[in-house]
Amino acid sequence: MPAIALALVAIACVVLWSDFVPAERDAANDLLTSPRVGLLVFFAVALAGVLAFVTYRITAPMVRSARQVAEEVQLTAHGNPEHRLSLSCAPPLRGVVKAVNDLAGIRSQLMAEHAAAATEAKAQVDEERKRLAALVAELDQSVLVCNRDGRVLLYNAAAKALLGGAENGAASDLIGLGRSVFGIIDRAVIMHAVEAMEQQTARSTRESTHFVTTTRDGRLLRVHAAPVAGAADAAGGMPELSGYVLLLSDVTEDVDADAKRVALFQGLVETTRAALANIRAAIENLTEHPEMDAARRARFGTIIRDEAVGLSERLHRVTAEVTERLRARWPLAEMRGEDLLTLMRRRIERRAGLPTKLEAVDSELWLRVDSFSLAQGLSYVARRLKDEFQVREVRFRLAASGGHAQLDIVWQGPPLSSETAFAWQSEPFTSAGEESALTLTEVIERHAGEMWYQRDVPAQVAYFRFLLPLAGEHAVLRSRSALPSRPEFYDFDLFRHLPATDALDHRLLTDLAFTVFDTETTGLRPSGGDEIIAIGAVRIVNERLLQGETFESLIDPGRGLPESAVAVHGITPEALRGAPTIDKVLPRFHRFAAESVLVGHNAAFDMRFLQLKEAQTGVRFEQPVLDTLLLSAVVHPEQDLHGLEDIAARLGVAVIGRHTALGDALLTAEAFLRMIPLLAEQGIRTLGEARAASKKTYYARLEY
Amino acid sequence: MAKRILIADDEPNIVTSLEFLMEQAGYETKVATNGQEALDLAASFRPDLVLLDIMFPAKSGYEVCQRLKGEPATRSIKVVIVSAKGRDVEVAKALELGADAYIAKPFSTRELVAKVRELLGNP
Repeated sequence: MPAIALALVAIACVVLWSDFVPAERDAANDLLTSPRVGLLVFFAVALAGVLAFVTYRITAPMVRSARQVAEEVQLTAHGNPEHRLSLSCAPPLRGVVKAVNDLAGIRSQLMAEHAAAATEAKAQVDEERKRLAALVAELDQSVLVCNRDGRVLLYNAAAKALLGGAENGAASDLIGLGRSVFGIIDRAVIMHAVEAMEQQTARSTRESTHFVTTTRDGRLLRVHAAPVAGAADAAGGMPELSGYVLLLSDVTEDVDADAKRVALFQGLVETTRAALANIRAAIENLTEHPEMDAARRARFGTIIRDEAVGLSERLHRVTAEVTERLRARWPLAEMRGEDLLTLMRRRIERRAGLPTKLEAVDSELWLRVDSFSLAQGLSYVARRLKDEFQVREVRFRLAASGGHAQLDIVWQGPPLSSETAFAWQSEPFTSAGEESALTLTEVIERHAGEMWYQRDVPAQVAYFRFLLPLAGEHAVLRSRSALPSRPEFYDFDLFRHLPATDALDHRLLTDLAFTVFDTETTGLRPSGGDEIIAIGAVRIVNERLLQGETFESLIDPGRGLPESAVAVHGITPEALRGAPTIDKVLPRFHRFAAESVLVGHNAAFDMRFLQLKEAQTGVRFEQPVLDTLLLSAVVHPEQDLHGLEDIAARLGVAVIGRHTALGDALLTAEAFLRMIPLLAEQGIRTLGEARAASKKTYYARLEY
Repeated sequence: MAKRILIADDEPNIVTSLEFLMEQAGYETKVATNGQEALDLAASFRPDLVLLDIMFPAKSGYEVCQRLKGEPATRSIKVVIVSAKGRDVEVAKALELGADAYIAKPFSTRELVAKVRELLGNP
């Protein structure tokens, strides 16, 4: 600082000197050469030095303090938003610091509000999704929701049961989140329906689209398709179709039954016509040829009688057959006991005109009944009680008893004879204002129940008691228990449209579908005659491990099993007896893994086995493969151990159920999921980047 | 000489009536109880008209009709289908195969006789 001041003084002098006219230069020369000038200059220089020193002492702390403040502002802006600037700075800066702190406070508050609003919005969306998923899961109707590309976004247990009923669960491999619906329903049929829906959307009409199609195993599905509209485009035009909902029902039996009904009807019509023709011709011959001789007359008489009898018998047979069909298709539905009673009482009061009352009723009971036929049957009984025994009121009791529901219809009045009670049970409801070919006995038989007449002499009442099935919890549970954790059935993030043309390598690891798999083998030498004896796999879609979508199969290796191998995986030769062979299992696994990236621990080993089977099984696994062993080496290059259990322990994955193919696949999948964010920290985000990094690691040089 | 009518039906109860009717109307009759017999009798009995049922166990009335109308020797024989099958597709099929008339059971005997007379002219 003083040097600069001196230099400035020197420059000023030079400039001033050059500007002087000769007279002035002389005057200056005189001045400068006089002895007092030296003293004057000395004082001037000393003054300048003192001034410079004082200025420096004053401004240096200010500058340092300003730098510190700037750094702190940076920290608040980009690092820790909650950081506040220190007030222990140079006094002139304190005002600025306070203002910055105020600003930071306002910013923090805004950020917090914004975050809260976002969290709330997300919670709301999640809540709605869960509600929808729960609703769909509870539906008896099979539901599939697909995006425009035909990827399954949601399905329910009913759909899985409907489509997964085929041999050995082979078809159930086909239904899964992110999978193509075209594996289940013919692409052309779906595309036709999609077109129809698009046209409807364009016309702003909302008819639903129906079609009937066949499944691979030859069943008939009736499909009801409804569009899911996306957001309207920027120009405010019609919203595009972003996906569709498919409601499926298996109509194989209905169609079959319809065909049989038509055949029955046709047969009835034709035989009746023929019989009528015979009768009519005979009668017309008789009436129009009165001169006919007695023998002929008798002959025509016999024809008429025989045909009439035959006609009655045929009608009887057809009626019996129709009743039988009716019984076979009897719908038993779960119903609250109280509701059933309400229904019966209403019918009896209206139809039979008889007052009713409730006695003891267990309101907790749920029954499995054909409520209509039961109400009809009880109303029939009530009507006969009123008409034939002048009963004035009936009462109901309902209780649980030994795994059954016990329903009583109780009345006061004269006892019934056992013949009467029997007749009421075995006669059709056609009398007494009820129209049905059914009998009470048949109704009860269909419920696999019992009924009887009983008197309670001390109480002076009589009753019919019906034992009816309770709604079994197990029936509901059985169909659903196979499918855990409902939320896995949906994944709406798949709605985002991903152009199929995008090469997988450019896709983010977080967006891909993975099939994480593991095999158990007879030994460690794929090309030395060792064989696969088990495959287990699980799917990951959009960073979610789908516990409900697993693949597991034992495989008959067609060769012996060394003791050493049994010791590793515990699969004994007995366990493999009767298991399918590799040429059956691998195509199934191929379908399961279709359109996903394969992931395995030490995948090169498993892939070698799969490759060696290509010729025999006719399936090639051409999708990209990731190896968690290699990825572990990418994530933790300084670690020596990259065994499955080592990396699981390092990544905090609990090890359970190891050394079954599925158990190891699940473990690998968990470990893989935890590696994805660690890879991202290293800038490895896409499949291509992950594969390139894998290649570079030392372990990639291992060859089997 | 009376015109001849072949009655081909496997139900005796209608055969009795048809026989009676045709004889009363002055025709000579013979009865076949299945499709093959109808074809055989068409060759040996040489009828002018066949009253033909469709429902035979082995050789159906349709086939008999088609064979009769396909052979030059029997083409002139009139064929009247008398059947309990009455759906329009069945009527259409019979007429396509060459039948001259289709009478659905049950029928009026008078109309049947009138139709036979119309096809054969007076006996």
